[in-house]
Amino acid sequence: MISVENVSFNYPGGPEVLHKLNLRINDGEFVAIMGENGAGKTTLVKMFNGLLRPAQGRVAVDNIDTREKSVAQLSRNVGLIFQNPDHQLFAETVGEELAFSLRNFGFKEEVIQRRVTNLLTALDLDRYATSSPFVLSGGERKRVALAAILVWDPKHIIMDEPTIGQDYLQKDRLRNFIMQLGSQGKTVIIVTHDVEFVAECKPRVVLLSRGRVIGDGSAVEILTNSQLLDQASLVMPQIAMLMNELKDLAIPPAIIDAYSAREFLKNKLRQLIAVRPPKER
Amino acid sequence: MSLKFVEGFKFTRIDSPIHKLDPRAKFILTLGFFAASLMFTNVYALLIIFVAQIPGVLLAKTVSRWLRSMRGGLFLGVFIFAMNAIFGTSLVSSLAFTLRFFAIMSSFSFFFMTTSADDLGLALEQVHVPYSISFTFTTAVRLVPTMAIDAQTVVDAQRSRGLELDKGNFIKRIKNYIPILIPLIISAIRRSVELAEALESRAFGATEERTSIVTLTMRLPDYLVVLATIIGLALAVYVYFRVPLPTLVIPVQIPRIF
Repeated sequence: MISVENVSFNYPGGPEVLHKLNLRINDGEFVAIMGENGAGKTTLVKMFNGLLRPAQGRVAVDNIDTREKSVAQLSRNVGLIFQNPDHQLFAETVGEELAFSLRNFGFKEEVIQRRVTNLLTALDLDRYATSSPFVLSGGERKRVALAAILVWDPKHIIMDEPTIGQDYLQKDRLRNFIMQLGSQGKTVIIVTHDVEFVAECKPRVVLLSRGRVIGDGSAVEILTNSQLLDQASLVMPQIAMLMNELKDLAIPPAIIDAYSAREFLKNKLRQLIAVRPPKER
Repeated sequence: MSLKFVEGFKFTRIDSPIHKLDPRAKFILTLGFFAASLMFTNVYALLIIFVAQIPGVLLAKTVSRWLRSMRGGLFLGVFIFAMNAIFGTSLVSSLAFTLRFFAIMSSFSFFFMTTSADDLGLALEQVHVPYSISFTFTTAVRLVPTMAIDAQTVVDAQRSRGLELDKGNFIKRIKNYIPILIPLIISAIRRSVELAEALESRAFGATEERTSIVTLTMRLPDYLVVLATIIGLALAVYVYFRVPLPTLVIPVQIPRIF
């Protein structure tokens, strides 16, 4: 469990980024932290592995105050995947890139080899095991960066803007992968502006604005509340907008993703065709 | 690890007599301190050169950022001292080399904190440095804060993977910086390639003759600074050749390993 109690924070000489923020994320939850640029999203998640410490208040991961442990100790349970993979890739091969994290955490060499091989296979990167990470495409580098964190099997996984620079197919793979992590009991936290991706995944959404939580609820509740979204400089997903405009046709407001909309409209059309007199068909 | 010391090399617009000086005058002053620092190996002389820069820093109202840059240089300062103490001749010369490093660092910190990249570019153009070179130089200066932000992000990313920069013996600590330096160098190369493409797309270098709407003019305070630099440097040369300086004695001998 990650708990944030009355946390305020400001960078040296800068304005307050987080203001008396309270949040609780239970084990195994899937949470999207959303909000405008500068709302404090990345600052907040950097507190979960101790990269930043609160100026006031308390952040605890599994009931351990983050001020009492080093970043390395906290990272063993909290894997933070940065937005830009180029900020972390440095090794000569993809395999070595993954092994680096494990060596830092003191894993034995035979365990390292086994874990690296397993994870490269799971993320469809095994053919690049001996390739340089720098010759891979942007999407592949992003996957290597993800693998380099998942390899030590942290309990809580945080992804900062995971969908940036990803094509539709890769986003779909990412969504499936996150669902798999959820089924393994992992806590998954994503920081994102991508309302369409959130609408497809339907996690719990925590909406931040100017360092405060202004909304906390299901994806349907938050992504259909235009007043809240306005405050956080976000717009409703396209499907939610369409459904909102068609509400006269007794369309339920809970539809925010393309799959549910397609199924609903398909059934609705079939019903309409079925009730027409035969000669009109 | 914090890279806040880069703040000590970043220009901030402040209303101060130093900020109003012509960049050429400030550059000559910086070069004067630089030359004097290289001239001496005497601890007292280097200490005077270092202390002589403090009034300028006070006048420029940049004390806190200057102190931050000095604090940031501590690691390298200790490294220089340790290396010279182990492989060099004596503790006194190790101390002198460390002081020289701080004196040089301080003079350039002072220059970059009080001179905008635009002024620097203008100054270079007015002394007939080709525009492509002056542009490269000013762009490099402009990119320092961006690089510092990148470096902090890389440090954060690697610490999140369990890297402990301050762990291990001296050699291990140096090795710990490899995962920081490689991503930083690669992202700098990527950024420079992108910048070159963006510049070419915007017809950089299409016209041979460039004109500028602003021209720098040296005023009385600027001439006074140049004059003071020349006098100071002449005095330093005189002291170097003619005045026997007291030497510091540290009654501790380091056993020679090499």
